[in-house]
Amino acid sequence: MASAAAPGSAAHGAAPGLQHQFESAGQQREASALGMWVFLVTEILFFGGLFLAYTIYRWQNARAFAHASLHMDIALGTANTAVLICSSLTMAMAVHSAATGRRKLLIGFLVATMLLGGAFLGIKAIEYTDHIHHHLFPGPGFHYPVPADARAAEMFFSLYFGMTGLHALHMVVGLGILTTLLVLARRGRFTPEYHTPVEISGLYWHFVDIVWIFLFPLLYLIGRHLK
Amino acid sequence: MSAVVREPEPQEPRRNYLNSSYGIRSWLLTKDHKRIALLYLVSVTFFFFLGGLFALLIRLELLTPAGDLVQAETYNKLFTMHGVTMIFFFLIPSIPAVLGNFLIPMMIGARDLAFPRLNLLSWYVYVVGALFTLWAVVHGGVDTGWTFYTPYSTASSNAHVIATAVGIFITGFSSILTGLNFIVTIHTMRAPGMTWFRLPLFVWSHYATSLIMVLGTPVLAVTILMVFIERVLHLGIFDPALGGDPILFQHLFWFYSHPAVYIMVLPAMGVISELVTTFSRKNIFGYKFVAFASIGIAVLGFLVWGHHMFVSGQSVYAGLIFSVLSFLVAVPSAVKVFNWTATMYKGSISYRTPMLYAFGFIGLFTIGGLTGLFLATLGVDVHVHDTYFIIAHFHYIMVGGAIMGYLGGIHYWWPKISGKMYPEAWARFAALVVFVGFHLTFFPQFILGYLGMPRRYHAYPPEFQVLNVMSTAGASILGLGYIIPMIYLVWSMRYGRNAPPNPWGSTGLEWKSSSPPPTDNFEEPPVVTEDPYTYSHEEVETFG
Amino acid sequence: MGPSLPLFPEQASAMASRVDALYFYLLAVSGFFAVLIAILVIVFAIKYRRRSETELPRGIEGSLKLEVAWTAIPLAIAMSFFFWGAKLFFAMNIPPNDALEVYVVGKQWMWKVQHADGQREINELHVPVNRAVRLTMTSEDVIHDFFVPAFRMKKDVLPGRYTTAWFHATRPGRYHLFCAQYCGTKHSAMIGWIDVMEPADFQAWLSGGAASESLASAGAKLFQRHACNTCHRQDSLARGPNLQGLFGKPVQLADGRSVVADESYLRESILTPNAKIVAGFQPIMPTFQGLVSEEELLQLVAYVKSLSNPPPAPGLTPAPGGAAPPLVNRAAPPEKGK
Repeated sequence: MASAAAPGSAAHGAAPGLQHQFESAGQQREASALGMWVFLVTEILFFGGLFLAYTIYRWQNARAFAHASLHMDIALGTANTAVLICSSLTMAMAVHSAATGRRKLLIGFLVATMLLGGAFLGIKAIEYTDHIHHHLFPGPGFHYPVPADARAAEMFFSLYFGMTGLHALHMVVGLGILTTLLVLARRGRFTPEYHTPVEISGLYWHFVDIVWIFLFPLLYLIGRHLK
Repeated sequence: MSAVVREPEPQEPRRNYLNSSYGIRSWLLTKDHKRIALLYLVSVTFFFFLGGLFALLIRLELLTPAGDLVQAETYNKLFTMHGVTMIFFFLIPSIPAVLGNFLIPMMIGARDLAFPRLNLLSWYVYVVGALFTLWAVVHGGVDTGWTFYTPYSTASSNAHVIATAVGIFITGFSSILTGLNFIVTIHTMRAPGMTWFRLPLFVWSHYATSLIMVLGTPVLAVTILMVFIERVLHLGIFDPALGGDPILFQHLFWFYSHPAVYIMVLPAMGVISELVTTFSRKNIFGYKFVAFASIGIAVLGFLVWGHHMFVSGQSVYAGLIFSVLSFLVAVPSAVKVFNWTATMYKGSISYRTPMLYAFGFIGLFTIGGLTGLFLATLGVDVHVHDTYFIIAHFHYIMVGGAIMGYLGGIHYWWPKISGKMYPEAWARFAALVVFVGFHLTFFPQFILGYLGMPRRYHAYPPEFQVLNVMSTAGASILGLGYIIPMIYLVWSMRYGRNAPPNPWGSTGLEWKSSSPPPTDNFEEPPVVTEDPYTYSHEEVETFG
Repeated sequence: MGPSLPLFPEQASAMASRVDALYFYLLAVSGFFAVLIAILVIVFAIKYRRRSETELPRGIEGSLKLEVAWTAIPLAIAMSFFFWGAKLFFAMNIPPNDALEVYVVGKQWMWKVQHADGQREINELHVPVNRAVRLTMTSEDVIHDFFVPAFRMKKDVLPGRYTTAWFHATRPGRYHLFCAQYCGTKHSAMIGWIDVMEPADFQAWLSGGAASESLASAGAKLFQRHACNTCHRQDSLARGPNLQGLFGKPVQLADGRSVVADESYLRESILTPNAKIVAGFQPIMPTFQGLVSEEELLQLVAYVKSLSNPPPAPGLTPAPGGAAPPLVNRAAPPEKGK
């Protein structure tokens, strides 16, 4: 991130972390926040293509998609949703701690967020392993109990692995960002006047959470009325 | 009177951005937007000539009706690689990454872009993507057409689809980062007094372009990702044999690729606004209309993608909607052409080379844009779709328009970028050669297209030969016209006359600084108190 | 004789002259504006050329009236293009009811044509003059496009579904057929001819070929061979919808939707029967994916269509006797996982 680890701004005097292209800390904050928002908009468009494909294929194969969705583990999916929502809470607390200058709390909440994020990925790994075990990973090894629906089900699982895989990738990147923040926080780099990297990383983390909030019902809940 | 900034420093400053530090590391690890612009200049020029080489081979093959110069598969790779190189590695980056990077901070009175390191990263991302694609070229190329239609690209093609797809995927992020940088910079880093309506129109154009880069490119990225998944894992997303829908690919692909053409032409239009005002020594006619027209083109440009699909099997009603929207998007472009022309009325017109390119742009873009109306017209598009009429149309806009804008801008800002003047006589000659060569190359293609010659044809019926020969003759002349500036621009870096800060007597903050400018662009942050393009005797006196 | 230099395509269909009329209108208007801009630019460049280095023209602030005018007028002209073009487009997409049916299968890199009465052609299509002809087309592999410049007719040919196009030839002659959607190595060799003949010559051509049975009749045989009639029958043992009189009518589906039973619906019902379950029936129909080729599918479709048609018009009766030549192509690889 552009304004994360930013040394060398002594030329502009006071403000720590002020990069030389900016006139003031306020301008830098404004630019960093806008930059992250613009980036998140690009992410919406990025995921959007997959959501569009999902919408079209589900509209064409509604029944088969609903039945395929029943192969998802609703308990694990719900657990993951709870985990991520909690992690957004701890992340928001981390940002608040940074803004109020409480270094130890900031570190604690960052660690908590990372643990929850790790838990999410762990649960996802369990789910993936389970699906592969049941021959539900699309490709040559795919086998579906209802042959007439196999094609549509394979499409469902392609979209499932594609969308949750892309989401998981974003989580991993998020964990990397949090690690960086942790290192910097321990070095005391964040103050109430300068904690922009924490704020904008929070935005990113919340975005990844929101994507899951959309994925969860579309992938796990569409078949529930059949049970 | 203008009260923009204090007197510029003497004509030959000791330290400027070019000589402030030496060595390859100072260039490859630079954060200076001006140096990054030059890094891009070198890269896109390389790809321009590579794409031009492919074009030369294509036109040589098309001299005769039979496919006798190269094999069919080689020919298919040639037109694919021509399209891929020219679009993704030359046209899309060209003006924004070279001229936009160099000028936007200066034009708004800032020291640099908002995120200089992201800017450097965008160049490296471009290079990595380019290397993947070059790898594919060297190992035999891709033969899917730059449009990668499925299921041919996912199930049938034997070529290096994956490597090329990865290359384009990566390079797309370069575009996104540039657009993001521009949007944030223009929003947050304008100098005091530089309100939105005091911005040069070049900046407005690039703002509109950045909106497209940021919103459209991610869709291309995810589409390529899905093609990749389908080809590698044999999943059926777009392949009907596996339950997928090939039309879905077309919708997703064109959702980006139509706005992409506005990424290519909007920056050129921004250049033209600067050229026409400077070389008419007059303010632009209808500033707000031109500014809003740029935004209008960007917004409407996202709504018309289906006009590439009128005969694809999509519904007739979808065709109607896309047709009417396509007519709407033509209107702001027309408004711009009228405003540029009106700017010249009662102006003081100079025939310096940049203005010659501006004249060329106005003429060729008008023809190209008007032929776009033919394509928006449903009943006619059915006949000319996928023929040489289409090829002529988009080359009029991309070559006759965008490249002329690029060359005009390069010549206009060359003194600022290099500190040297280019040789005017040679430059005018080259501009004329380009103009003549261009018409001879592409006008016959309109006729060929209506006659029915399909595009991407390696061999064709003999009655089409005469027009093809004319086109190839034109292409040779056009190529010459591009080589000449390469030579004299490089020559001028060593032997050209030293350039004053404002050789053209232009308004605009970039001309208040020395040629070449210092690393931080200005001695002190400028304060703006005037509308743009306000000419006074101050500018007249500096005209050199 | 020097090399030929045609500059305009011939008009060989009813649509061609209509398209050309619109094209000339577009040319005239565009030409007018292009010349206007060119003249203005040239005149201004000369009349207002810089005569002295110190001259400083007065700035003009712009004119709202002009801006509105040159926005509204181009918009109005553009709308005239739109309406005329849309009208033509509708006409191009709605074939007349009495059109001659022809079936086209494109594959890398050839065109396979089947007439309703069984005549087959490769890369060539014979049609009578002054008669509407409707093409039902599909591809066996990638996307192709059926393009006849002289008819101003073009339509993509897709794998996995049917697309249709029609024309009304008005002049006997031989006209280029091109594939106009890039489809691989021999894309530019996937070309052929449309032969438009006087009615008498066309009849002679039809009966001159090897005796073959009509598509509908071949389809009837397939219907028996694949045991479709065990479920699709009209008595109480029927487990599938009645196909008599089905074609062209709306069908009520189990999920509440209603669709029209056209060629695409029939094809989909054979290959992926569970995609649309008819209301009141169980999803028990097996899929025939991999068991019928694209050409056999067209024969089955022709057969089901014949269950709705009045008897065929005179002059197009199938040649007596003879079975269709055996078909060895398969539409798609065997379904995996089965």
